[in-house]
Amino acid sequence: MRSAAVLKALPGVVILAVLAYLPYVPAQLPGILPGRVNGPGSLQLLATCLVIAGIALSYDVLFGRTGLLSFGHALFVAAGSYLLTISLADWSLPLPAAVTVAVVGTTLLALVVGGIALRVGGIAFAMVTLAFAQAASIIVLRNPSGVTGGEEGKSLNRSAVPGLLVGVANAPYRYWLALAFVVLCLLVVTLLVRSRAGHAMAAIRENEGRAAVLGFDTYRVKLLAIVVGAFLGGVGGIVHAVVLGGSNPHVTTTEFTLALLIMVVLGGAGSTWGALLGGFLYTYADARLVELSGAGFADALPEVAQQVLAEPLFVLGLFFIVIVYFAPAGLTGLGGRLIRRGRAT
Amino acid sequence: MTDFLLIMVTGLGLGALYFLAASGLSIIYGLMGVLNFAHGAFMMAGSYAGWLTMSNLPSGLSVATRLLVAVVVAIAVGAVIGLLVEVVLIRPLYRHHIQQVLVTVGLSLASVAAAQGIWGADPRTVEKPEWMGGTTVVLGARLPNDRFVFILVALAVFLGLLALLHYTRLGLIIRAGVENRTMVEALGINVHSTFTIVFALGGAAAALAGLLYSQYAGTVSPAQGGSLLIYAFIVVVIGGMGSLVGTAVAAVAVGLVQQLANFYAASGVGDLSVVLLLALVLLLRPTSLKGAHA
Repeated sequence: MRSAAVLKALPGVVILAVLAYLPYVPAQLPGILPGRVNGPGSLQLLATCLVIAGIALSYDVLFGRTGLLSFGHALFVAAGSYLLTISLADWSLPLPAAVTVAVVGTTLLALVVGGIALRVGGIAFAMVTLAFAQAASIIVLRNPSGVTGGEEGKSLNRSAVPGLLVGVANAPYRYWLALAFVVLCLLVVTLLVRSRAGHAMAAIRENEGRAAVLGFDTYRVKLLAIVVGAFLGGVGGIVHAVVLGGSNPHVTTTEFTLALLIMVVLGGAGSTWGALLGGFLYTYADARLVELSGAGFADALPEVAQQVLAEPLFVLGLFFIVIVYFAPAGLTGLGGRLIRRGRAT
Repeated sequence: MTDFLLIMVTGLGLGALYFLAASGLSIIYGLMGVLNFAHGAFMMAGSYAGWLTMSNLPSGLSVATRLLVAVVVAIAVGAVIGLLVEVVLIRPLYRHHIQQVLVTVGLSLASVAAAQGIWGADPRTVEKPEWMGGTTVVLGARLPNDRFVFILVALAVFLGLLALLHYTRLGLIIRAGVENRTMVEALGINVHSTFTIVFALGGAAAALAGLLYSQYAGTVSPAQGGSLLIYAFIVVVIGGMGSLVGTAVAAVAVGLVQQLANFYAASGVGDLSVVLLLALVLLLRPTSLKGAHA
């Protein structure tokens, strides 16, 4: 039993170990990564992909594990990110205090917003969360008394952050920070899924009415899912702000939540590695498709088609529709299906 | 007083646009249970179809004539796109509500990106007939004429839809379907063809909303549909999904609250107070959201 569990966890541990070792790999991967693997450009890209992958996993706690279709997860990521940058810059708090403010603030916000939004279910819940996130987005963009920086975003107060986490030369440390965040998400989600609450969440996802009849307090279980998801999302916002050197208003937008939804479905909803894979691949594709489409293979197409193909979201959106139709369990589900089919024949 | 009148008329005009955007959304949701994120794409399609028509027609024609032709083209384009989306994308996924939402999300992302690739992300200026850009003096207040156009168009669409729902066989099926779809199917009525018609109608109304919104804003841009869609969602939730009258009342309320708060408090407060209104409605009357009678 024990050895089986170890065997099952082995591939994941190996992947994490390989990822942790990447900053020591000086190889070139032309076309795949900009410059050397351990160069600052590549590590910055990989770090961003990892942070978003972790945030996608935090969203999967709601969507894939509990069956809550929320369109407001960006709110919590943005809260973590902006509370950190604002408390560092405007309230001149030291880093530990700022992180505490950001995490506690985000979690409390999740309690309030989740508490209100959960008064309705299904699609109405989705719309209410959307409205709350939109309100936050409006506030951030209006830039009240210059606090949020409006469309420019809010840059990180570099003097308040340890020297190891700022500057181009220290990209490996930011990369490891992002990786540590992914590990934190993995641990929390794995523990949560195995706990009683996790089983209750699965029951609610499969059949909420039945879970209620069985005596689960579905409201509290759903609220717990929102709070845990928001906690991880808020931490993700903090790491995002550190990795990118500030808060970007893009993380407040509805598009960001929708992107998270797409990532989770792409990778495979309700699967830990699926959400991570989806988040990683989506962010990578979003950043690199522009360069790939300029790589020459599209030259034969008319100019309009080239312009459209140069929009990463166009390609990702279409790919996403195809996945919803033909691989509803996402990429990891598809992989599992192919493996099983290989064994059967 | 004159300020107040101007705010009221602008709020009503905006509410009219919200109603046009939300009416299709509400009926589609009430009948089919599909939360249609592609509605923003329908609106975008309408505004771009109108803009392209207006700039490609010979400039010898007056702006008003070209606008009228653009309206017809936009409505046709919206209806065709709605029809195609329903038949090609939504139909294979009946009874999979989450997947339907996901497909429309993917479609809205892809279409906005496509528009950005073809016409660029920057707003393009739209021509406006002189009369619509002018003002009428009522009780000492100078009221922009386009607001009246929006209100009249929305009123016409509202009455037309009400008549459709209450005096035609199609409307009867739609109302019955919103109430209990399984029963309608059990009675041997083909609800699926109704779904297609409803989607086409919703697409046409959305395209009209998109075109009129581009007249209100004076520009077209890929992001316009999305920002209008969020208010349409809020209107649909407040009005009770599937209820046309509720949608109309909610659209007017949202438009007025937004304009009044923007003027008397501070710019930007209006958008927030709309969200606040939504939260209030949810807290006080959570049952209003479960879908009312059409």
